Amino acid sequence: MSERTFRIWRGTAAGGSFVEHRIEVDEGMVVLDVLHRIQAKQANDLAIRWNCKAGKCGSCSMEINGRPRLACMTRMNLYTAGDAITIQPLKTFPVVKDLVTDVSWNFEQNKRIPPFRPRPRGADGQHRMLQADVDRVQEFRKCIECYLCQDVCHVLRDQSRKDAFVGPRFMIRLASLEMHPLDTEDRIPAVRKDFGSGLCNITRCCTEVCPEHIEITDNGIIPLKERVVDRFYDPLLWLRRTIFRR
Amino acid sequence: MLNVSEIQTFEHDVLVIGAGGAGLRAAIECSARGLNTGLMCKSLLGKAHTVMAEGGVAAALGNVDRRDSWKVHFRDTMRGGKFLNQWRMAELHARESPDRVRELEEWGAVFDRTRDGLISQRNFGGHRYPRLAHVGDRTGLEIIRTLQDHAVHKGFGIYMECTALELLLDGGRVAGVLGYWRESGRFVLFRTRAVILATGGGGRAWRVTSNSWEYTGDGTAMAYDAGAELMDMEFTQFHPTGMVWPPSVRGILVTEGVRGDGGVLLDSKKERFMFRYIPEKFAVETAATEEEANRWLAGDKQARRPPELLTRDVVARAITQEVNEGRGSPHGGVYLDIASRLPAESIRKKLPSMYHQFKELAEVDITRQAMEVGPTLHYFMGGVRVDDDTQMSSVPGLFAAGECSAGMHGANRLGGNSLSDLLVFGRLAGVGAEAYVKGPGAAPRVDDEQVRSAVRRAILPLNREAGPNPYVVHEDLQGVMGRYVGIVRNEADLQAAVREIDRLKADAAAVKATGASQYNAAWHEALDLRSLLITAEAVTRAALVRQESRGAHTRLDHFSEREEWQKVNVIVRKGKDGTMETRVETRRDPPAALAAIAHATIEDLEAGRV
Repeated sequence: MSERTFRIWRGTAAGGSFVEHRIEVDEGMVVLDVLHRIQAKQANDLAIRWNCKAGKCGSCSMEINGRPRLACMTRMNLYTAGDAITIQPLKTFPVVKDLVTDVSWNFEQNKRIPPFRPRPRGADGQHRMLQADVDRVQEFRKCIECYLCQDVCHVLRDQSRKDAFVGPRFMIRLASLEMHPLDTEDRIPAVRKDFGSGLCNITRCCTEVCPEHIEITDNGIIPLKERVVDRFYDPLLWLRRTIFRR
Repeated sequence: MLNVSEIQTFEHDVLVIGAGGAGLRAAIECSARGLNTGLMCKSLLGKAHTVMAEGGVAAALGNVDRRDSWKVHFRDTMRGGKFLNQWRMAELHARESPDRVRELEEWGAVFDRTRDGLISQRNFGGHRYPRLAHVGDRTGLEIIRTLQDHAVHKGFGIYMECTALELLLDGGRVAGVLGYWRESGRFVLFRTRAVILATGGGGRAWRVTSNSWEYTGDGTAMAYDAGAELMDMEFTQFHPTGMVWPPSVRGILVTEGVRGDGGVLLDSKKERFMFRYIPEKFAVETAATEEEANRWLAGDKQARRPPELLTRDVVARAITQEVNEGRGSPHGGVYLDIASRLPAESIRKKLPSMYHQFKELAEVDITRQAMEVGPTLHYFMGGVRVDDDTQMSSVPGLFAAGECSAGMHGANRLGGNSLSDLLVFGRLAGVGAEAYVKGPGAAPRVDDEQVRSAVRRAILPLNREAGPNPYVVHEDLQGVMGRYVGIVRNEADLQAAVREIDRLKADAAAVKATGASQYNAAWHEALDLRSLLITAEAVTRAALVRQESRGAHTRLDHFSEREEWQKVNVIVRKGKDGTMETRVETRRDPPAALAAIAHATIEDLEAGRV
């Protein structure tokens, strides 16, 4: 079809630089296809993470022309012919090699979240839930753990506060548990204290990059923040707690 | 000389290889039974191919149609598998899958609901009643995430981006596994009494496949090398509906849920062709006219199901024939139309990820246009031969579950039966491993020389001066399998494939991976080639042996089912001289009670007469 120029970051934690590749691109290709072609023909040892190639596993997260995206869901016809395409690893996580970053911090966060604790089944041995009630947690459960939201979160990316804030991915994981119709665990004190809900200043960057179009901020984080406010910052409740020392 | 004590080492009672649905469920079971458990996977946790499963998990809960029961599920499964399934496995599967689904709900899975709040169930090919518990069309993601979130609190070892290379044996029993960390390229040794293989299939040996890169047949190949028997390898399922356009997504799956929800298959003249392909055996249960099929879809219990919902092999062959006879779509598939069948809103609701996938990858709006689809290599019915109840292979201490094991699905798998298979047999492998580990026998010892030679073999591609490019060898193999071991086969083609695979084995043994061992994709590719080639050869040789057409295996030179071949399984194993041996083995007679269920008429079964 036509030759295109790719500038790909190559290197390790010790450092690296952009390397230019000229390569044939066919009609209908996505960025991941081109990377695979470069890997097969020009840079055999190029490190890329990928699995499903259909936007369902969230493995091929990277920054393409400065925007965090899934390479498998980024069509080449999005870009003007003739312009070079710049590809680099996620910025918020340490580089392992080339386009692969160390995302293990995220897996550690998941372990900290108090697990699902269902109420007992009904007398007939069944759990009953209405579709209307599960709709909202199903939205959060669409998350494919691509961590693009974690990558653009100011608190994690610019302020490096991984010590204090769990990030959008795990805020919606918390929301999916807190809003689960069967769950009985109370995670609201932890949402405030351990997971740092107060640090999110609702810039909605996470929502913008979500490939699953989850309304992370509006439907997940804000309702959690509201629950925290209701619990800890309601002046009437505060007064009652102070008086009755509860 | 390499000092084995310097290799990072972990000790476990049981090591599970593969963290898809089967591996996760097996590890959870082992850990719950008090075994010191490890789980290793080639990708990050939660990325396994199970996330791609769309339609649902088959379980006779009877929530949508009360006439459903384990017996009907069992009967559907045996008929779908053309009676080559291991009877006991199909029984265990049908009986236990409802409990496994309810258990997932207990662990936090959020299935779609019926109007009275129960788990909803949808129609699927080969299933008589709506049986698939589902979450829109992303059931696999829901299952893997539920298992993953449940597992991380169980305290067992999880080794991500860690590839298993070889099984280590002590006197024929499992003693350990040698692997390496992809990230660093360093080797890692697991000393363990039992191994559960849950590595999936080997679809990456074909060019058009729905499988992710991990599907290189590692478990099948490691088991084979360790002396285990493989079975049913000739049965490779081609899913009828993969995307055919654009080329970059060729093979990626379009869920059978599209047809379950009323989607129809059309030829180039936009005519519905499946009515012409109804096999005699299914004629009594399939609608004869479009009018009847539409009534069935509308919920008329007297009407019979549309022919689009026949089993996968039937639909895949029909599509292939349409295309071969010149009635295909511009890109070599046929049309799958849901747009003219359902309102846009309900398509987006019932098939959200299909909508998303076509919109973003093919620039096709499935609420307005038909999809172009064609067969894609999807699933291995064959794999490691295991004991029906314990899932142990012929190698003591070596277990297998999920797609990498054989027996459950026979000649063809019904959609939705793989997610239930994972859960049922993942759990049973854990039960089997516990019995083995706690049973008699001294702890096995890992032989240092075995470890050293495995390490030496693994680093050859890095140390060589020059050699073929591993990506090119892999592509070559994909071309060979696509050409000669596709959806229809014949003796000459299969013989050609055997010769080509021999040539490729020589290439693979000489490949050069450039660069250092740290996260080196070329090296990973070079190592995967070994598994791919063993798996591809096993499929090809088994396909040569089976001289009939049955289920997913179609021989143009033996174009029908033959009674005598229903009585045998094809077994593959490594011969004493290191070459691949095949043999046919006569099947045991089925238990009378199960045979009665499988062969009963549906009326007798539902009236409780069987």
